[in-house]
Parts: sequence; C-alpha cells; structure tokens
Amino acid sequence: MPMFLPNDDPGANFPALLRRTGLTETGPGGERFGGDIPHATTCVAVRFADGVIMAGDRRATSGNLISHRTMEKVVEADRHSAVAIAGAAGPAMEMIRVFQLQLEHYEKVEGSALSLEGKANQLSMMVRGNLQGAFAGLAVVPIFGGYDLRRETGRVWAYDVTGGRYEEREYVTTGSGSLHAGTVIKIGFRDDLDRSGVLALVAKALWEAADADSATGGPDALRGIYPVVATITADGFTPVADDELATTFESVAEEVRAR
Amino acid sequence: MNMPFYVAPEQVMKDRADYARKGIARGRALVAIRYDEGVAIVAENSSATLRKISEIYDRIGFAGVGRYNEYDQLRVAGVRAADLKGYQYSRDDVDARSLANLYAQHLGQVFTHEMKPMEVEILVAEVGQTSEGDQMFHVLYDGTVMDEQDFAALGGDTDAITERVKAGWSDGLDLAAAVRLGRSALAGEERTLDPADLEVAYLARGNGRRCFRRLSDGEVEPLTATATS
Repeated sequence: MPMFLPNDDPGANFPALLRRTGLTETGPGGERFGGDIPHATTCVAVRFADGVIMAGDRRATSGNLISHRTMEKVVEADRHSAVAIAGAAGPAMEMIRVFQLQLEHYEKVEGSALSLEGKANQLSMMVRGNLQGAFAGLAVVPIFGGYDLRRETGRVWAYDVTGGRYEEREYVTTGSGSLHAGTVIKIGFRDDLDRSGVLALVAKALWEAADADSATGGPDALRGIYPVVATITADGFTPVADDELATTFESVAEEVRAR
Repeated sequence: MNMPFYVAPEQVMKDRADYARKGIARGRALVAIRYDEGVAIVAENSSATLRKISEIYDRIGFAGVGRYNEYDQLRVAGVRAADLKGYQYSRDDVDARSLANLYAQHLGQVFTHEMKPMEVEILVAEVGQTSEGDQMFHVLYDGTVMDEQDFAALGGDTDAITERVKAGWSDGLDLAAAVRLGRSALAGEERTLDPADLEVAYLARGNGRRCFRRLSDGEVEPLTATATS
C-alpha cells in the first residue's frame, strides 16, 4: 500500500508519486540522440462562442519516411479539456498519458477537479520536466485548451520547450506546419464564428499546412483517415464524426479546385 | 529493574478488537446493495463534504465507516495503488480483489504491530462487465476480508440493518429501488432519513469508462419519493 508520512506525502500529485515510488525512468539527456524517431506535427486550437475546437493531423514521420498515418495527436485530457502535441512521438505520448492520469488522480484524491488554469500550469511543469529531452533533440511542445467552467468560456494555451505557458485570446498552433496553419487561422478568424465556421477554418488551416509541410498529413479520403477534430464546450469533449469531417474537407477541396 | 506486566496475547488482541469495534460502532452505518446495473452505496452522513463513499478507479468504488481521518487515509492509498498499477500495467489489470488484499494486509499489520488499531471498516466494490462480475469486499479493522454477495452493511448496528436489507432485497432491483431499500434499512422503523442525512453514490456498468457517480440530495429525493406509494 503506497502510504507516506504526513511530512513527505506527495499529495494529489501523480508525477511526484511516480518519482517517489521509483516508477519514472530518468528522462533522455546528455548527448544528442542521433537516430530517426517518429515525430508528430500540425495541431491547432481555436476559441469560439461555445468553447474551443482543437484539431490535429494524423501523420508521424521518421526522417523522410512516414511512420504512422493514424496517429491521434489531439486527445481528451479530461472531460472539459484537451491537449494536442507536436514533437518526438514517444516522449509526447508518455507526457499525455501522465497528464491524463494526473488530472484524474487529482480529481479522485481531492474530490474535485483542478481548475482549467491549474491544468494548464500542470502541463507547463511537465513540459519543463522534459527540458533535458529537448536538449537531446526529443522536444515535446503541446497546446492545451478547454472549457473553463468557472468563467464559462473556452480558453487556449501555447507552450515552449522550456515550459513557458502563454494564454492566447484567439487561437494557438504547434508543430512544423504551424506557421501555415496559424496564418490561415489568423486571416480567417472572426469573433462571431460559430461551430461550423470554426470547423471550416481549422479544416482549411490543416489543408494548407499539409500542402506546404511534408511532415503534416492531409485528409486521406482514399483510406478514410481524417484529422482528429474535437469540440470542447460546457458539455465536455466531443470528437467530430468522420462523416462531418469528410463533408467539411470536401468543401475545402471544392474551394481549392475553383482557384 | 522493573519487569513489564505480563499480559496474555489473547487479552491484548481482545482489548484491541473491543477498542476498534467500539470506535466503529459510534459512527453511522452504510449499506451497499447490488442492483441490476451495478452497485449502489447509501451512507448515513449529514456532511456534504466529508465523504464516506468515493471513486477509486474506473470500475471500483470505496466506502468507509469509523474514524474519518483513518479511512480517508486508506482511500487515498487505494487511489494511489490503483493509479500506479494502471500506469505500470494496463487499466484492465486493476481489480478490487487485489486492492482488498492490500487493505487487508495493511489493516492486519496495523492491528498486530501498532499501539492502536484503525477504527474503520471499509468496503471495496467493483462492477463487472455483467452482473455476475460484480464484487464486494468487506474489510474489517483487523484485516479480515469478507466476500459479500448481494449486499453488505458496515458500521454500527449492522445486524439489524442487514436483516432489513435481506428482507427487502431481490435479484434485479433497479437503482431507485436499491437506494430506497438502503434508505429505509439505515433508518429502521422508528426514524426517517432525509436526503440531506444521506450520501448516495453508485457504480453502474452503463456509465462509460468511469462507472462511479454521486447523487446529489436533489437527485436522491425524486429517486426515493415513490417509496411510500
């Protein structure tokens, strides 16, 4: 039974508990890692009236090769928040797993969920914890978004490799295609966009990122693989169905054809 | 040199057991009742914040009676043990039986080796994929584990409460009926318990990954309102 003395109790902190019980391996560090490992790429999150829409492509690349076509980079962190990642896939997936566990662990131990700001801060510490990995070339840069139940609004955060945490008012992006995706959103963003408007905007952003960045995958109608898109509102995290994504990307394709 | 007084080990154990039992009997009781979709737990608890029933893992719930600080410490240890195991292996590998054994080991150890036994009784309940898979483990202050079948009562005055639950229980109760049964069994014939005096939570198969749900006082009222009709 994991029991601790009151003066050295890890509290509701799951990563601290992992360290105390010796379950965390020492992270990568020291020399720069030379091999090709899978990397994940373009993710965006956009605020709108009801909350946040987060989207990410499905491609993972190792050097010049496509290593996965169905990676899910946008994941539910807990009921009212989502996290999307870019960077070295292995450390990123592990970070997400511990992050999800931490939010649930905190909720169970404390009897109430962390505030959205608290979650964003927690993720910031985890990114900072990977700084050694970043020096070794295994950087992980997430974006975080969710519905703030206390303020009744959607909020989004961007991070840097040192754990810097930046809340944005309109949108955040991460990954190798983020410049292109971000530019599309920057031009198309309006305060009064509704769900379908934002959905069309993020689809266009991912399309342009995939068009210009070899490490970002576009919608794959042939295999039926579409980017992962999810809405986070007062009702919680809801993935957008593939049918709706197919229609949305079809209209983006129409628009491109008509150019 | 003073020789310590000799006390027979039987006497030591008996004194400790009496001490623990007395502490537990002072607190208010709770019942867990298996119903068609899982396990409902009803506790007599006038506090809306200091809880007796809580979530441990996806399909596992916890309930404790006796000294709050002691069972709450056990609850947190249970959440940690479950989360660590799920992280290390898989979410499917976390089960109530091994958790109940961990609790039993710990309580047994404290009972025989520490100055004071823990004045608690706890229940670890798990909902299976089907109702045959539902499990309830009742762990006593000295580490005794009991595998309960359809219902369990913890705390003071449990003989009478168990009798009342037994009289009203049948296979395939729905949630409302199980909560009603729990409420009336805890109250007995002489008193009635308001929703504000109760803490109600349940584990239901249909709740998705995390099966645990808590019912607010406002939700308990309509659920138990049809009791008299």
